[in-house]
Amino acid sequence: MELLNLARLAILIPAGIQDSAIENIMGCLLSSPVDAADIYFQSTHSESWVMEGGIIKEGSHNIEQGAGVRAVSGEKTGFAYSDRIELPVLLEAANNVKAILRQGQDAQVGLVHVGNPVRYYPVVNPLKSLADQQKIELLQRVDSETRKLDSRIEEVIVSLVGVHEHILVANQDGTLAADVRPLVRMNVSVIVVENGRREQGSMGGGGRTDYRYFLENDRALDFGREAVRQALVNLDAGEAPAGNMTVVLGPGWPGILLHEAIGHGLEGDFNRKGTSAFSGRVGERVASDLCTVVDDGTLPGRRGSLSIDDEGTPTEQTVLIEKGILKGYMQDKLNARLMGVKPTGNGRRESYASLPMPRMTNTYMLPGSHDPEEIIKSVKKGLYAKNFAGGQVDITSGKFVFSASEAYLIEDGKITRPVRGATLIGNGPDVLTKVSMVGNDLELDSGVGTCGKDGQSVPVGVGQPTLKIDGLTVGGTSV
Amino acid sequence: MQNQEQIARLKNTVQTLLDEATQQGASAAEAGLSQENGLSVSVRLGDVETIEHHCDQGLGITVYFGQRKGSASTTDLSAESIKETVSAACSIARYTSADDYAGLPEPALLQTEFPDLDLYHPWSVTADQAIALALTCEDAARAYHAEISNSEGATVNTHQGIRVLGNTLGFLHGYASTRHSLSCSVLAQRGDSMQRDYWYTVARNADFMEDALAVGNKAAERTLRRLDARSLSTRQCPVLYSAEIATSLLGSLIGAVSGGNLYRKSSFLLDALDTPIFPEFIHIYEQPYLLGALGSAAYDGEGVATQTRDIVSDGVLRSYVLSTYSARKLGLHSTGNAGGVHNLTITPGQQDFEALLKQLDTGLLVTELMGQGVNMVTGDYSRGAAGFWVERGVIQYPVEEITIAGNLRDMFKHIVAVGNDVDYRGNVRTGSILVERMSIAGE
Repeated sequence: MELLNLARLAILIPAGIQDSAIENIMGCLLSSPVDAADIYFQSTHSESWVMEGGIIKEGSHNIEQGAGVRAVSGEKTGFAYSDRIELPVLLEAANNVKAILRQGQDAQVGLVHVGNPVRYYPVVNPLKSLADQQKIELLQRVDSETRKLDSRIEEVIVSLVGVHEHILVANQDGTLAADVRPLVRMNVSVIVVENGRREQGSMGGGGRTDYRYFLENDRALDFGREAVRQALVNLDAGEAPAGNMTVVLGPGWPGILLHEAIGHGLEGDFNRKGTSAFSGRVGERVASDLCTVVDDGTLPGRRGSLSIDDEGTPTEQTVLIEKGILKGYMQDKLNARLMGVKPTGNGRRESYASLPMPRMTNTYMLPGSHDPEEIIKSVKKGLYAKNFAGGQVDITSGKFVFSASEAYLIEDGKITRPVRGATLIGNGPDVLTKVSMVGNDLELDSGVGTCGKDGQSVPVGVGQPTLKIDGLTVGGTSV
Repeated sequence: MQNQEQIARLKNTVQTLLDEATQQGASAAEAGLSQENGLSVSVRLGDVETIEHHCDQGLGITVYFGQRKGSASTTDLSAESIKETVSAACSIARYTSADDYAGLPEPALLQTEFPDLDLYHPWSVTADQAIALALTCEDAARAYHAEISNSEGATVNTHQGIRVLGNTLGFLHGYASTRHSLSCSVLAQRGDSMQRDYWYTVARNADFMEDALAVGNKAAERTLRRLDARSLSTRQCPVLYSAEIATSLLGSLIGAVSGGNLYRKSSFLLDALDTPIFPEFIHIYEQPYLLGALGSAAYDGEGVATQTRDIVSDGVLRSYVLSTYSARKLGLHSTGNAGGVHNLTITPGQQDFEALLKQLDTGLLVTELMGQGVNMVTGDYSRGAAGFWVERGVIQYPVEEITIAGNLRDMFKHIVAVGNDVDYRGNVRTGSILVERMSIAGE
């Protein structure tokens, strides 16, 4: 069925909202001179299951639904929302919203239906893709198989989350766009103990698909194996070095470097306002010529992918950096209009209750020509960081951090011994100029990323090949 | 008055939920409901940027069938949705395992007295008045100095809400509260150096908010002092955490002594009860009954009475931070901390900030931390930082792009002073904290 009809069935029909009601609300919004206006309807059903201590300990089912009404004039935005999808409530919201604008006459709006966008994920309901009993059996199997892997395992926690979201967005030009978005994630974390020393490991994955994804090739069991491997490596880890040194980042999830170091700084809002360390630098060199970085919402089934963004704009592959030169920013409609460029399908919002802003989708670096082993071999003394926890950036000063959770020393071209997790800190606008080797082993992360900005969380993806950076500060304790 | 009627209405809804759960066969249930509304306006570069009207509601229910448990939540409060939400929770309870430790709190621990904690002070500010206040604040920041070059704006927020909690043991209570804030963030530029910082004020009662001019001036001053920051060479030195970020050290303590991390054995303070974890002069306690404070509450997320109590005294860990479930897992009783601590306070020392700088002598003053970088299982600590290099008690220059690292167990033991410059804005109240020695990594 057409996505629009699916969204109508899921959100509008149960609430008794007809297309004519949307026309009414939009007419009210447009009675003042606006540059843009939209009404965003959302209905999200999600569930989570947790297995801990060998039992199915928790389960929950959550429904989040509502509508947000926005009008924009110049740089001014009026916004109101309600979890009651009812015409009088939404008309009141529209009246509140346009108070920010000059008054005018009521306008007439006719809705135009946009055809289906190109879809990058299937129309499925993950929550129904397995029977509840099968979900339980999946968790139990992952738990028991993981516990068998090593006698030093003390605790295993397995969680499973599924989201089934419908959105429908009406714009001031009368266009109606809709999307149905599945999202699943599984995570396994373990605690291991040896001689009184305790360490943890964690691995997960998922994407815009359904639960059967975890059954394919016993993927779920791989998460357990990987979590245990990481925890055991950390049992042997010594003090991390402190200071500036050559750092080799492994492929995949360490791409969080790109997300923090340059991604946020290239979001349109910061650049329109001139608050980013990258503001006004399009056309300048910001990375070595080995680096080409893109943001791509069109990767099939990826956690950060979207068929349309939350403003109804189809997503695309946006080149951020090409051979070291800054090419452009990620845009939502507001910032694109004010900067005189096209929106790039990066207008995202956590829910109907938050305003959209430019956000990343899947951000990654294209592969280079070096064999990863060759990269390690080229390092006399340095750090090889394979896995990371979270990161953060100050987009104005450009300083960013990301925290290694699995790292090793490189000595004379060889990976020698594991070291404890440490935070790495650098300067966004120049870290990529120090990239001296790029591997041929591009990997995307397994589908666990969540990005926070202004209190709004959205799922994202990252990726990169093995990278060598000539000089990054490693925050260990071994001075 | 209107409030009391609304609370009564929401209590009815919660009772309906609980009755529905019992009707659907649950042996016990707990339900919560919240309704909030608010206004948020922001201005930037002297003009309005956004006006947001907030209106949120939600309910959540947990049902028990014997020792099996299921939960559900929704933002739709219609009668039909209530039924469906209860069924969803009951359906989940068919698949969860019997857990010996699951269940409602011990009845004797539930709160029975509900003093007025002075949490509700609605602010009758109009959008226009809020805009004027935000403009005053931002104007002050922008006019503070010629090097203030740009702005992320100023924001005024006002929120009021009602929360109701009930369970099938007969607990049913609701209360209203408010929260108002004003924040400002500006940029400064000098040559190639661009920096940003912010300041904010928050209170239950708008009369107790810091003056808009003061907030703007402070935001500007904090931004300016960061210009021309440089890195440091790698070294070890004493570190002074300024009050507004010292709260994170107490946050790590609470993480390590909270029941969830303890029974999962993922804490670096396992089996530390009744042992010294700080120097003798450290005293850390909860004050849930402070009038008008941000963290005040007479009962926790399960209805258990909160207590004014010591967590650390004479440097010794006296009590964990427990919910009903985690307490049972540990063979203990709930401490009224389902949902967190209430106005956690560390007794301030005698010294003001200047005296602490003198005691630091030569070392690092940290005013900003970046990233997560705290391993709860091992206590390993490594975070990005920015602040100032201090020599002989005098601030020399701003620093950035450095990390500070150590192990929390050692850091706690080597706290040498707590200042009297307490930051009262949050749920954790501390002055600046001086740690004897940490590893600094830099250029």
